[in-house]
Parts: sequence; C-alpha cells; structure tokens
Amino acid sequence: MKFKTFFWFVAPSVFMMLLFIAAPLISVFIQSFQITQPVMQQIEVETCTPGFLTQTCVTEVKTVPVINEETGRTETTTAWVGFQSYQNVLQMDKFWSAIGSGNWGEILQIDFWKALRFTLMFTLVTLPLVIGVGLMIALAVNNAAKSLRGPVIFVSLLPFIITPVIGSLSIYWLFVGDGILTATLERWTGQDIAMFAQAWTIELLMYFYRVWHVAPFAFVIFYAGLQTVNMDTLESAIIDGASRFERLRYVIVPHLMPLIIFIALIHLMDCYRVFDEIIGFRSQAHVISLQWLTFDFLTPDDAGNRAISRAAASAMLTMVGIVILLILPLRRTWRDHKGGAH
Amino acid sequence: MYLKKLALAGAVSLLGSTAFAACSYENEVPLKSLTAGFEAWKAVTDAMAECGNFQAELDQEFRTKQPAAFEANPSLYHIGGVSNGTITPLLNAGTIRPLDDLVEKYGQNLSPNQLIRVDGQIMAVAMMVNTQHLMYRSDILADLGIETPSTWDEVFAAAEKIEEAGVVDHAIGATMKSGWNLAQEFVNMYPGFGGAFFNADNTTAVNSEAGMKALDTMKRTLEFTDPEVLVSDSTYVQQQFQQGKIAMANLWASRAGAMNDENESTVVGKVSMAAAPMAMDGGAPATTLWWDGIVIAANITDEEADAAFRLAMEGMDAEMVQGANEAAIWLVQGYEPGPLAEGAVATATANPAPPAYPSTTQMGLLHTALGNELPAFLTGERGAEATLVAIEEAYTTSAKEAGVLE
Repeated sequence: MKFKTFFWFVAPSVFMMLLFIAAPLISVFIQSFQITQPVMQQIEVETCTPGFLTQTCVTEVKTVPVINEETGRTETTTAWVGFQSYQNVLQMDKFWSAIGSGNWGEILQIDFWKALRFTLMFTLVTLPLVIGVGLMIALAVNNAAKSLRGPVIFVSLLPFIITPVIGSLSIYWLFVGDGILTATLERWTGQDIAMFAQAWTIELLMYFYRVWHVAPFAFVIFYAGLQTVNMDTLESAIIDGASRFERLRYVIVPHLMPLIIFIALIHLMDCYRVFDEIIGFRSQAHVISLQWLTFDFLTPDDAGNRAISRAAASAMLTMVGIVILLILPLRRTWRDHKGGAH
Repeated sequence: MYLKKLALAGAVSLLGSTAFAACSYENEVPLKSLTAGFEAWKAVTDAMAECGNFQAELDQEFRTKQPAAFEANPSLYHIGGVSNGTITPLLNAGTIRPLDDLVEKYGQNLSPNQLIRVDGQIMAVAMMVNTQHLMYRSDILADLGIETPSTWDEVFAAAEKIEEAGVVDHAIGATMKSGWNLAQEFVNMYPGFGGAFFNADNTTAVNSEAGMKALDTMKRTLEFTDPEVLVSDSTYVQQQFQQGKIAMANLWASRAGAMNDENESTVVGKVSMAAAPMAMDGGAPATTLWWDGIVIAANITDEEADAAFRLAMEGMDAEMVQGANEAAIWLVQGYEPGPLAEGAVATATANPAPPAYPSTTQMGLLHTALGNELPAFLTGERGAEATLVAIEEAYTTSAKEAGVLE
C-alpha cells in the first residue's frame, strides 16, 4: 500500500486516539503532580436550622472558600507538589514500617496495597480459568453434532452479552440475604449462609462471575481458531498413535498459541480494571480494586470535595501496573512477528 | 401550520382541563428543578407541576450533579432540593441566591422555623425534618414484656431477649453499608457520647474517649445484626422490617411511612417509632437532625427567580401536605403529626437535643474518611485505636489537599 493511502486510512483513528486517549492521559499525568485548592478564609457565621417547633441558631467560625467578586467563582491556587499525591496514595512510609516490624498484614490495611493485592490476584486467578474453560467449550462445540452446534453456540455466548454491571447485580441479588440461591443452599445444608459477610466468599463469587462472563469470548476466538487446524497434521498424528490428549497438547494448543496470547492480553487489560464487581456486589467493606480506588477519590462528598490529585496519581499507577503486566505477552507477540517476517 | 395549531390547541385544552386544576395561578416561565428522589420530593414536585411549564428531575445522585449544574451560567436548574448536608458546596461556591425579598413577597404562609439563615440572610426554605430514630416492632416487645428502650444499653438488653425468643431472624437492623451510611452511624453515635468532631484549628478530634465508646457501641450492634450488615443501606433495612426479619433499627424517619404500605409490608401497624436511643445516661439521643428544603439558583434572571420561588411556595403549601401527610415530618403549615411522627418529634424535642448535621467542608472530608476506614474495624482487621488513628490520618491528608489544613 502506498504511504499516502495508508495515511488517509489510519488518520481518522489516529486523530481520535490522540484526542480521546493521549490528550486526557497527558492531562491526568500533569494533574497527578499538581494540587489545585480553593483559597480558604475563616469567618464567623451564624447558621439557623429548624428543630421541630423552634429554630436553633449557632454562631461558629467556619472555613469557607473566597469567592472572586468579578467572576463570581471560587478563587483557586494550583501548585506543583512533585510526588506528594503518589506518596499519599502509596503511603510508602507505612509500607516500609510494616515490613520493618515484620507485620506484613498491616500492609493490606493501606487502601492502595489492599486494592493491588485483590486486583493482581483477581487478574492472575481468572486468566488461566478463562482460557481453560473457553478452550473446553470450544472443543466440546467443535466435537458436537452439526445440528446441535448452532443452539449450543448461542447458549454459550449468552453470558457475554449481559452488561457487566447488570450481571454482577444479578449475582448479588441471587446470593444476598435470603436470595433464591442462598435460601436453597440453606435449606439443603441446614446451615445459615451469608455470602456477603466475609471477604473470601465475596472473592470466590467474583472469580466465578468473571470467568462465567468472559469465557464465551475466549470460546468464540478458540472456536474460530479450531476451524483452521491443519487436518493433515492431525491425521498423521492419529496414524502415529497419538492419544486425544497428545493431539491436543502437541498439535492443537501450539496452533492456537497466538490466540491464547491474544486472549491473555485482552483479559489482563480488562481484569486489571476490575470495577463492576465491586459496585455490583457492594464489597467495599471487604474487597476493593485499584479502579474503584480511583473512582472513590473522584466521587465528591456532600461538601463537594474531590481528591482529584490523588485520583490522577492512582490512575497513573493503574496504567503503570497494566504496562508491567503486558510486557511479557507483548514481548512474545513481538518475537513471533519478527520470526514471521523471515 | 393548521395541523400545528390544532395540536397546540389540543395540548392546551388537555393541560387546562387536568393539569392546572389544583394550582392557584398559571406559571408562564419555563422552570426546572433537581432534587432527591424520595416520596416527599415527589409530592412537592407533583404539586409544582400542577402550575404548568415545570420540569422536575428527581435523582438520588443529585448531590454529585448539583454543584456543577448550578455553577453553569445560566444555571441548568432554577430550583434545587437540598439538605443540610448537601447545601454546603452551593453556599461555598455562591451559586444560590439570598431569598429575603422573595420570602417577603410570596412567603406569607411560611413559619419562621422554615427559614434557613446563614449570616442573617435567608439562603434556603426548609420543608421537612428528618432524623434517624428508633423503630421497633411493638407487638414483639409487648409479647416479651420489654419496655421501649431509651438507651443503647437497653436496646442491647432487649435484643438479647428477642434473640433468645427467636421470633425474628435478627434482633437489630442497621444502615451500615460501608461508605456514607456507615460513616453516618458513627456521626450519630459520637456526639451522643459528647464528642466534638473538630478542634478549633480544623484538625479532627475523633481520636478520643468518645470515639472509642462510639466504636465500641457500633461493634456491639454487630452481635445482633445480619452478618451481611456491611452491605445494608436504608432501603435494605426498610425491607428487612417490612418482611418481618428484624425487630428494631435506628432508621430514617422518612422511611416510617413504608412500614404501613400494604403493598409491600407484612407488618402493617406493628412498627412503632420512639426517640433515638441515648448513648449515655443524660445525654442527647445518639442521632443528628437533618432538614430538606429548596434553594434558588444565583445564575438566573430575577424574573426567573421570582417565578421559581413562587412556584416552590405553591408546591410547599398546606394543600400538598394534606395529600401526603405521612410522606415526611413536614414543617409546612397544615401538617398533622400522626403516630408515625412520634419518634421524630420525641427526638427533636429531647433535652438536651441532638445536634444538627454540621454543614461544613471539613465534615464532608471527615465523613468520607470515616466511611473508608470504619469497615476494617467492623470486620475485625483492625483494632479500635488503630482505626481512630487511621481516620485521623485519612482526614488530615484530604484536608491538606482541600486547603482547610495547612
């Protein structure tokens, strides 16, 4: 393809990427090193609020922002603060003192590290499960009778169609309190079951939900890949006396390897941003994720305060985390590509 | 053209026949409002809509939308529904206007009690009060011969008897969903033990003896609640009551009406209201007082403000209250406190009275810090003292960032 043609093909998407991905990223990067705060003043204010029959008035010294007479907006100052917001998120001093004193558990009481622990574990536990389950469904469908394949594909794709937040809410409603499934389990085992009362049951449900939700995606990709397996190689393997498992291990899996890497890449990126499960399961008391942490910093409280700088720092840290996770599979894809060019 | 006229005529005649029926005048200025979405607001905005040309947005996420929407010029809404917690960002940014002249013009039916004054100027008009107070199953307590508890110790004693009798799944329900709800439980309990939230220099004072006692009481509650209490918000507790699963809860007065809703509730007429329990003898009930009311945006023309306030007064009149007497503890004339209001009235008129929820920038920050740090204590991951230190640190970090601490 001529360079000019190529350029005009990709120009719109490059423009969009610069506008909607690169520019916000740079802005967040800059904000993570800045703090913008209103100029505050202390004034004595008398506030009257209703009781039931009478009014109570209190006079107190309040700290309120200064409002600029001309613009009518609050005056703010912006200062460069270096890595202070990162320090506020990471709390390295507490981290090191926990390591120094040997109380490793204390690390997990710092929000960021607590979130990182779960996010990493969530990503790494679900990854092999998604690939494994996806591959199993693909093999099963591939071996099913032709007349059954259509309906089976349709049914196995259903979980993927559900909006993630709705899916996690459904699981929550099935299990919370006396939800249908909890009630059934309780009747069956005769024990009082509370799935949302401790961290490990919530985490289990989250793993289960994510695998259930994403496995169909892996399945579709693998199923397409299975159609391109070289039949000659397979037949010669059968003639050589390879068992079913050996054919899978030495013929099919190597053939699907680029797809496995592809799914791993997508899954790592998606999972590291785990968020819907936290909101859907209301698990903030027990389990939080990095993305939720950023969201929490950004949510204004009743007085309208948001921790924008810390949110920016935490977002940057999340991105760094994804990049580190992706280095391994990306290196492999890159090597494969280089090999393919010969 | 002819068609358009015909359609318009049809629309106007329709409006004329039904919509304007209950309004004393016809509103000609297009107006919009953004308020919370609970029953009382529905009643008020419905009454306003009767005057025409009015669009109401009822949204429980109003608190995150309101500051930015009112800062726009012209403001995206004319009328805002606020509580003493959520008025702070609007006051701080100066995006709501003083109402003194409008009250003089249209506010003949307001009682002085409704006028929220900040520094002498009327900044909001309250329509109802809200508070968390004790709701209990009077039939169960009567069966077991338990007096209505007036302190938390009595609540726990009653809870023990109820659990022994095994008449409900869990003796106590609590709005302890981690985040805002859980923090509010502490904000109720802590002043009940005589604690002050802040020192004079804006640092927080929660790391104190009263703080320890408040945490202790909250933890004792867990013995009698659903093990999943850290996901339960007001609606969840309300449903537990309605389904007969709990016997007592310190719940919002605005939820009382739902107990007698025959479509949802299995305990119609069996739930009574009493003052919020005291944390210590001779103290105030361990709760905070809230009000809900309306504000008018600053960034609109005076004509619009005039029309908006007039409309709001029409929505908050005696006629509206008579149609929705049970929806709230109204401050509006014509309200007749029924049995459902007993608890709220007893709480608000107690001596000493519980404090109003403080509407300050610092309180917003502390509320967030509480909501994030308390769960670790209640799940047992962290001790009480360490939790209070963590709250203090979290508050200090965000207060420095927000510029209220040096």
